[in-house]
Amino acid sequence: MNDKHKIIAGLILFVAIVTVPIWLNMGKAAPVPEPVLSAQAKAAKECVRETAYMKVEHMQLLDEWRDAVVREGKRVYVNSSGKEFNMSLSNTCLDCHSNKAEFCDRCHTYASADPYCWDCHIDNPKEKE
Amino acid sequence: MERSRREFLKIAGISAVGLGTAPAVKVFAAEVLGQPEMRLGKDALMAKHWGLVIDTRKLKTSEDIKPMVQACHKIHNVPELGNKNHEIKWIWEEAYHNAFPTMENKYLDERVENTPFPVLCNHCENPPCVRVCPTKATFKREDGIVEMDFHRCIGCRFCMAACPYGSRSFNFRDPRPFIAETNKKFPTRMKGVVEKCNFCEERLAVGQMPACVEASNGALIFGDLEDPHSKIREVLKENFTIRRKQTLGTGPSVYYIV
Amino acid sequence: MLELALKGDKKYWGWIVALLGVIGVGFGVYLWQLSFGLGITGMSRDVSWGFYIANFTFLVGVAAGGVMVVLPYYLHNYKAFGKVTILGEFLAIGSVVMCILFILVDLGQPMRVFNVMLHPTPNSVLFWDTVVLSGYLLLNVVIGWNVLEAERNGTKYPKWAKPLIYISIPWAVSIHTVTAYLYCGLPGRGFWLTAILAPRFLASAFAAGPALLILLCMVIRKITKFDPGKEQIQALAKIVAYAICLNIFFFLCEVFVAFYSAIPEHTDHLKYLFVGLHGHGAYVPWMWASMILMVTGIVLLVNPITRKNEGVLAVACIVVFVGAWIDKGMGMISGGFVPNPMHQVHEYIPTVPEVAIAVGVYGIGALVITLLYKIAVSVKIEVAG
Repeated sequence: MNDKHKIIAGLILFVAIVTVPIWLNMGKAAPVPEPVLSAQAKAAKECVRETAYMKVEHMQLLDEWRDAVVREGKRVYVNSSGKEFNMSLSNTCLDCHSNKAEFCDRCHTYASADPYCWDCHIDNPKEKE
Repeated sequence: MERSRREFLKIAGISAVGLGTAPAVKVFAAEVLGQPEMRLGKDALMAKHWGLVIDTRKLKTSEDIKPMVQACHKIHNVPELGNKNHEIKWIWEEAYHNAFPTMENKYLDERVENTPFPVLCNHCENPPCVRVCPTKATFKREDGIVEMDFHRCIGCRFCMAACPYGSRSFNFRDPRPFIAETNKKFPTRMKGVVEKCNFCEERLAVGQMPACVEASNGALIFGDLEDPHSKIREVLKENFTIRRKQTLGTGPSVYYIV
Repeated sequence: MLELALKGDKKYWGWIVALLGVIGVGFGVYLWQLSFGLGITGMSRDVSWGFYIANFTFLVGVAAGGVMVVLPYYLHNYKAFGKVTILGEFLAIGSVVMCILFILVDLGQPMRVFNVMLHPTPNSVLFWDTVVLSGYLLLNVVIGWNVLEAERNGTKYPKWAKPLIYISIPWAVSIHTVTAYLYCGLPGRGFWLTAILAPRFLASAFAAGPALLILLCMVIRKITKFDPGKEQIQALAKIVAYAICLNIFFFLCEVFVAFYSAIPEHTDHLKYLFVGLHGHGAYVPWMWASMILMVTGIVLLVNPITRKNEGVLAVACIVVFVGAWIDKGMGMISGGFVPNPMHQVHEYIPTVPEVAIAVGVYGIGALVITLLYKIAVSVKIEVAG
């Protein structure tokens, strides 16, 4: 076992390289962004479900919506208080949250979540080109 | 809904086992009362088996087909790619001997010879594309529409090899820069997925007829093939029709009056 | 045993570095394909599978061909092959790795590949192909490794390996059968719609696989102290000889049925490949070259005088391998898609980036086979000496 030193040096180097992102970002914690509500969203007070649920589970909700719409042809969502919504990311969610950059992107960027929704679904139906 | 029900069962189960039944009853009450629901729209058009009849007697020149193609491609954000290799089309025009290569006639009457035949996905009763898809990204709905779930498509293109009608296109590159005017109500596609005609399933859901039918000046008749009183059945009763490559047993839902 | 792959001379490391270079280039081009899409290839709406799937199909054959050394040894107790079974198994591993990579680089959305497992669809042949290919990879890794380790330790391989070995034999047949079923069950493609496709695939597999194995044995004998053996090479050569005969025979059956029945959907594809259709015939010289190569292979291999001359045998193996590659790799896929379902001719020519990615995949396969063979040969030398 005369390679002991080499192995230890290698291990140290490995740990150092692997932890580089931690060292580089130490003490530079980015502030948690707060999503900005559009005027319309503020006025509506509540989303399709209660805010706490939406905050945590919106991706699951969207996932259920897309299966319902695409695979079962069901397009109307009735929430617990009996309100109806057209299950559409572009035409319902983003119609109200018309400020994608401030509402969606901020948190997604912060959490380095990169959903590919926008590769197909158009960002903002009301936006004029 | 699926998920919340499952979650509810999970919570209920754990509660029942771990904490006794009282909390479980509480969870039960809370969950069931506020259960959200998903359903069809009120105006949705429904059928047991959607079908299309194309009355080619009413189609004289390419000018008669163009409005259908344009209407379809515009509302579905179908890109106009310059490169023939990468071409994407949902509905387009073929000559008789290309649309019906197995029924080629050496001496064909002049009218048929010159008639442009609109071709599109046949929404087969027994679709080979659905059979081969390894992820169920292409599937057949209960109303006969052969539909695609672009979210799930892995881009293996097995369906393109399986389709005997060449009705499918693949996004060889990002289609977005090639869409002249985007319809904001309908999604575009991303690179690497297959696409095709969806019988305007999104329009049927809100009570509208397919775009090509609306733009066809009465040459296209759309309706429920299983409803004996429907207009389409009436037309089929009165006219002799053919379907593309009938001998393959795919059972196309698109009929042609020649 | 892995450490054996780390001890080599300068030539060994030079070869590894060269392979890594080829892989690097292929990987770079693949990154481009990943960002641009499959539009950098020559594939089109009409010819929607191309060079990648063609090579995938061919390599499934090479992988299945490995069974041709396993079967005589374990089922018929043909002792001589004991020396080379490990080479067959390790060749299969390298080939299956390439197959999987060729499928991956062909996908439009490779990040979603696990949808195949997430939404298992037993009615799709592609689902079964995933199952049999990964199963075959696993079988060969487990069997090859354990048998070799036992040999190194001077013991017999563990008892539980025996049933796995027996399973691996029909399993090898299954990978190529299922791969043929990808094509021959499609209603609108007259060229593939033939019950003889799977047997034909197997015939060319049992020719191309062992042909490559013979060449590899010769290379091993030349550059290492391990000699896979004259008898072994001759036995393999006979397998190649009769498999390539069968391949040609099956092809001629195909030609007879198509042209005697004279059904256009069946003849048009063959016409396109061998004489051109509607003025298009990019594959004509290739297909004739393939036929000439395979027939030359038959002449050289069936005749004992030429077969027993190892120099000629090497040429014969190259000729068979290349002939089978053109036949199955290039003709089989393009021929099936041209003419298209509307009976129009839209030709397919692979592009440079496409070929570069394919070469990169072959580089990975060669690297895997090099490392595994290095281990196997080191063990053989160690045990012998």
